[in-house]
Amino acid sequence: MTLAAVLEPWLAGPRAAELLFPLLAVPVLAALLAPLLGARGARLLALGSLLLGLALALAAAAALLAAGAPLTYALGGWAAPLGVELALDGPAALMLVLTAAVLVLVGLHAAGEFRVGAAGRRVTLAFWTLLLGVWAGLNGLYLGRDLFNLYVAIEVLTFSAVPLVCLKGGAAQLEAAFRYLLFALLGSALYLLGAGLMLGLHGTLDIGQIAAALAGGGADGSATGAVRSGSLAAVVLMSTGLLAKTALMPLHLWLPPAHGGAPAPASAVLSALVVKGSFFLLFRLWLDLVPDPGALHIGLVLGTLGAFAILLGNLMALMQARLKLLVAYSTLAQLGYLFLLFPLAAGPGGGPAATAALLQVVSHALAKAALFLLAGRVQVAFGHDRLAELGGFGRALPMTLVVIVLAGLALAGLPPSGGYLVKSLYGSAAGAEGWGWRLVLDLGGLLSAAYLARILAVAVRPAAGGTAAPHLAERPGGFGLLVPGLLALAALLLGLLPPGWFALLDVGRAEMASAAAVAGAMRGALAAGGFWSSTGPVLTVALAVVLFIAAGQSAWQRRVGALGRGLAGVEGRLREWRVAGALLLAILLAQALAVLT
Amino acid sequence: MLPDPRLADLPLVVALLALALWLIATRHDRSAIIGFTAYGLIVAIVWVRLGALDVALTEAALGGIMGLLLLMAAARLGDAPDGPPPTWPLRVLVGLLCGAVTAGLAVLVLTLPEPAPNLVAAVAEQQSATALKNPVAAVLVAFRAVDTLLESAVLALAVIGLWSVGADAAWGERPRALDSDAPDPALVLLARLLPPVGLVVGVHLFWTGADHPGGPFQAGALLAAMVALVWLARLGAPPPVRSRLTRVGLMLGPLVFLLIGLAGVVAADAYLAYPEALTKPLILLIEAAKTLSVAVALALLVAGPPALPRARP
Amino acid sequence: MTAAELYGLCGAGLVGVGLYGAILGRSALRRLLGFNLMGSGVFLIFGAVARRGGLAGGSASDPVPQALVITGLVVAFAATALAVALLVRLAAVRREAGAARGAALPAGATAAAAHPESDGTGAA
Repeated sequence: MTLAAVLEPWLAGPRAAELLFPLLAVPVLAALLAPLLGARGARLLALGSLLLGLALALAAAAALLAAGAPLTYALGGWAAPLGVELALDGPAALMLVLTAAVLVLVGLHAAGEFRVGAAGRRVTLAFWTLLLGVWAGLNGLYLGRDLFNLYVAIEVLTFSAVPLVCLKGGAAQLEAAFRYLLFALLGSALYLLGAGLMLGLHGTLDIGQIAAALAGGGADGSATGAVRSGSLAAVVLMSTGLLAKTALMPLHLWLPPAHGGAPAPASAVLSALVVKGSFFLLFRLWLDLVPDPGALHIGLVLGTLGAFAILLGNLMALMQARLKLLVAYSTLAQLGYLFLLFPLAAGPGGGPAATAALLQVVSHALAKAALFLLAGRVQVAFGHDRLAELGGFGRALPMTLVVIVLAGLALAGLPPSGGYLVKSLYGSAAGAEGWGWRLVLDLGGLLSAAYLARILAVAVRPAAGGTAAPHLAERPGGFGLLVPGLLALAALLLGLLPPGWFALLDVGRAEMASAAAVAGAMRGALAAGGFWSSTGPVLTVALAVVLFIAAGQSAWQRRVGALGRGLAGVEGRLREWRVAGALLLAILLAQALAVLT
Repeated sequence: MLPDPRLADLPLVVALLALALWLIATRHDRSAIIGFTAYGLIVAIVWVRLGALDVALTEAALGGIMGLLLLMAAARLGDAPDGPPPTWPLRVLVGLLCGAVTAGLAVLVLTLPEPAPNLVAAVAEQQSATALKNPVAAVLVAFRAVDTLLESAVLALAVIGLWSVGADAAWGERPRALDSDAPDPALVLLARLLPPVGLVVGVHLFWTGADHPGGPFQAGALLAAMVALVWLARLGAPPPVRSRLTRVGLMLGPLVFLLIGLAGVVAADAYLAYPEALTKPLILLIEAAKTLSVAVALALLVAGPPALPRARP
Repeated sequence: MTAAELYGLCGAGLVGVGLYGAILGRSALRRLLGFNLMGSGVFLIFGAVARRGGLAGGSASDPVPQALVITGLVVAFAATALAVALLVRLAAVRREAGAARGAALPAGATAAAAHPESDGTGAA
C-alpha cells in the first residue's frame, strides 16, 4: 500500500476532521514536554514538532479543499452546546499554514542564537517553550468556535507572549512586559464578560449556534429584541477586549516598547502572528456571529480607528530614532489596514474586503517577520540600532539592505506584492463612494514608501566621522539572510501565485470569491497603466524623502522637524496608562452606541 | 430558610461594594491587600448563597495564597505611588466612563431572557456516561475537557514564564520570594499544625470531588496553600528550578490528561472521550495527576522566580 | 428582585469599580488589584447567570457557568502571580542599576543595566 493510500481516509475521506485536534494537541504536548527535556532538548523538540505541525497544517488544508466544506469535530463526542466543537474553514486553514510556516522559518533562523552555548539556559528554555505556547494558543484561536474555549486559547497566547517580551531582562523590557500583561488582562476580562453574557442570553457558547439563534433560525424561532441588543452589547464587550490585545491605535501603549525591546526572533513572532490572533477572533465575531453587520454603524467606528492607525502609525514610524521601533510602529500602521475590512465588507461590493484583510494578514506576517529579523541582524552587527549612528550601514551590509528594501516594497504595496493585492481588493470593495477609504489606502502606501526611503537614505549616506561605513561590532554570516530573504520574497511575489490557490480561502465562504478577485487584481497590475499608477507615486515619494534627507539642515527641514515633535508628543500622551485606559472605555462606549442606535 | 432571602443577600452586596470602593481609595497598598483578602472571603460566602459550592471552595482555597502572594509583593515593592495623582478632570472622566459601563451591564443583567436558557438538563442527562455524580466535575473533565486541559497548560506555561523572569545568574537556583529573615514564631507554629489538617482536607476534597463539591482545583489550591505556609515558615524550602522531579510534577497533570485524550480516538471513537469500561479509573487517574500538578504549579507561582541567596551585609 | 439579579448588579458595580482602580490606581500593585476586582465582578455576573439557569432548570446552579468560573479563577491567579513576579523583578533591576550608578563603577560594569538599546520607546 502506498503512503497516499494509507493517508486517504484523513486527506480526502471520512476521517478528515480527526486532523483538527492534533493541530492543537501537538503544540500543547511539545510545550509540556520541552521543560522536561531541559534547554538543549527543548530546542530540538520545538524545531521537530514545528516541522510536524507544518505537515499537519498542510494536510488539514488539503483535506479541507478535498472536502469542499468546513470540517467540524465534536471533542469527546459531545456536541455543542454541552460539549466543545472545533471547526476548520478556509480562513482558519490559511492561518494554520501561515503560522506553522512562519514559526518554522523563524525557528530555523533563531536556532543558532537561542541555544545553550550562545544564549544561556534560562533564555533557551524559555524561548523555545514559550514559542510552542504561542503556537498552541494561535492554533486554538483558529480552530475554536466556542467562545469560552477561545478565551482559554487567548490566555495560552498571552501567557506565552508576555514573557517573550522580557527575555533580555532589562528594566525597559520588564516594564513593557508588565504593561502588556495588565492591558491584555483587562482585554481578556472584557472578552470573558461578553462571553458570560452570551451564555446567559442563549444557553450556548457556540458561535454557529448563537449566530443561528440571532438570525432567527434558532430552535425557539427568532430572537427577541432584548436578546438581540443584549447579544450585540456582549459582542461589543468582546470586541473591545480584543482591540486591546490587537493594539489597534490608540490602544497601542504596550506594543512599541514590547516589540521594540524583545529579542528579534521573538519580535518577529509577536508582530507577525500574535497580534493577528486576536484580530482573527474579531473577524469571526463581526463577520460570523453578528447577522448583517452592515446594517450597524460598527464598520464606521472600527474603520475610523483603522484609518487613524494607518496614518499615525506610519508618521510615527517615519520619525523613530531606532530601527526596531520604526519597524514596530510600521506594525501599528499595518494593523490598521486589517480594520478597513469592517466598513468595506459592509458596502455593496464588499465581497473582496474579507479576502483583502486575510491577504493583509499573510503579507504583513511575511514582510514583518523578515524586517524584524533584519533589524536584529543590523543590531547584532553594529551593537545598536540607532539610526543616527547607522549612516552608511548599507555599504557594510549591502545584501541586508537589499532584503530590507524587498520587504519594505511589499509593505508599501508594489505589484505583485501581497500589499498590492490588499490595496487593490480593498479599493474595489470601496468603490466610488468609498473614496475616503481609498485615500487612506493610498496615503498609507506613500508613507510606508517614505520610511523605507529614510532607511535607504541612512544606509547609503556617509557614516559619522567621515568613514564610508560605521564600525562593525560583529560581521553576521550570510546564512542569516536566507530566512529573511525567503520571507521577503514570498511577501513581494504573493500576487504571482496561481489565482486558483486562493480558492482555499473561500471554503465555507463562497461569497468571498477570492480566486476571481485576485486574478482580477493581477490583471489590473500587469496592464501598463495599472503598474505605473501603483508604482509611480511610491517611487516619487521615496525619491523626495531621499532628497529631503540628503539636503541637510535647512529652515524648512527644521519646521517639519518641529511639527513631527509636536505629533510625537501627542502620540506619547496616548501611550500613558491612564489615557489609554480611558480610551479603552471610550471605544467600548462608541462601539456600543454604534450597534445599539 | 430565612423569611426574605434579601435579608442575607443585601448586606453581603453592600459589604462587597463598600469594601471594593475602599480598596481603590485607601492610601496604603498593604491595607488594601489585607482588605482584598477579606473581600475574597465575602465573595466565597456569596458563592454559597448562589448555590455554587464548587466555586465557593475554589475561591476560598485560592484566596489564601492570593493574599500571601500580594502581601509578599507589597513588602518588597514599598508603598510609594508611581506617578503624580490623577487630575480631577481625568478622575471625573474615568469615573463617568466606568459608571456608564456599570449602568450598561446592569441593564443587561436585568434584561436577561426569561425563562433562563440553561444546560442543567443536558448535563443531568449525559452525566451518567461520565460516572461522576458532581455535575461541575462532569463538565470540567468530560464535556469541556479541552478547556480544562488548555487551562492546565496555561498554569504550566505561567510557571515557565515566571521562572524566565529571574536573573541569568540565578537560573537553576531555588525561588526565594517567600524567604524572610526570621519567621514569626506564631507563623511557625501554624505551619506545624495546619498542614496535616490541610493535607487531610485536600485529599478529602479530591476524593469526594467526583460526587460532591470539590475536585482537583480546590484540592490543589488548598495543598498549595499548605506548602506555601511551610515554605514561609522556613520549615522547608522550594525546590530549585533545575529539579527535573519538580518539572515532572508540574507537567504530569496536563500530560496525563492530554495523552489519555489523544488515545480516546482509538479507544473510544473520539479525542477526549473515555472508553466506557474504563471511564471511572481513567478520570480518577486524570484527577489525581491534575491535583498534584495544580498544587505544584500554584505553590511555585507563589514562590516566585529563581533567585540567588541575598548577600548579607 | 431575585438574589441572582441582586448579585448580577453587584457584579456590574464591581466591574466599574475595578476598572476605575485598574486605570487610575496609584501604584502598579493597586492597578493589579483593580484588575482582580473587575475579574471578580465578571465572575459574579457568571454566578448570576448560573443561578438563574439553575433555578430555571430545577437545580441550585447551572454547572456549566460554574465550571467556567473555576477555570477563570485559576487563570486569574496565574496572571496575578506572573504580574507580581514582573513587578518585583523590575524593582530589583532598578535597584541594582541605581546602586551601580551610585557606586560609580567603571563604565563597562553598568552596561547591562543601562544599555542604550534598552531605552524603551525613545521616540524622535
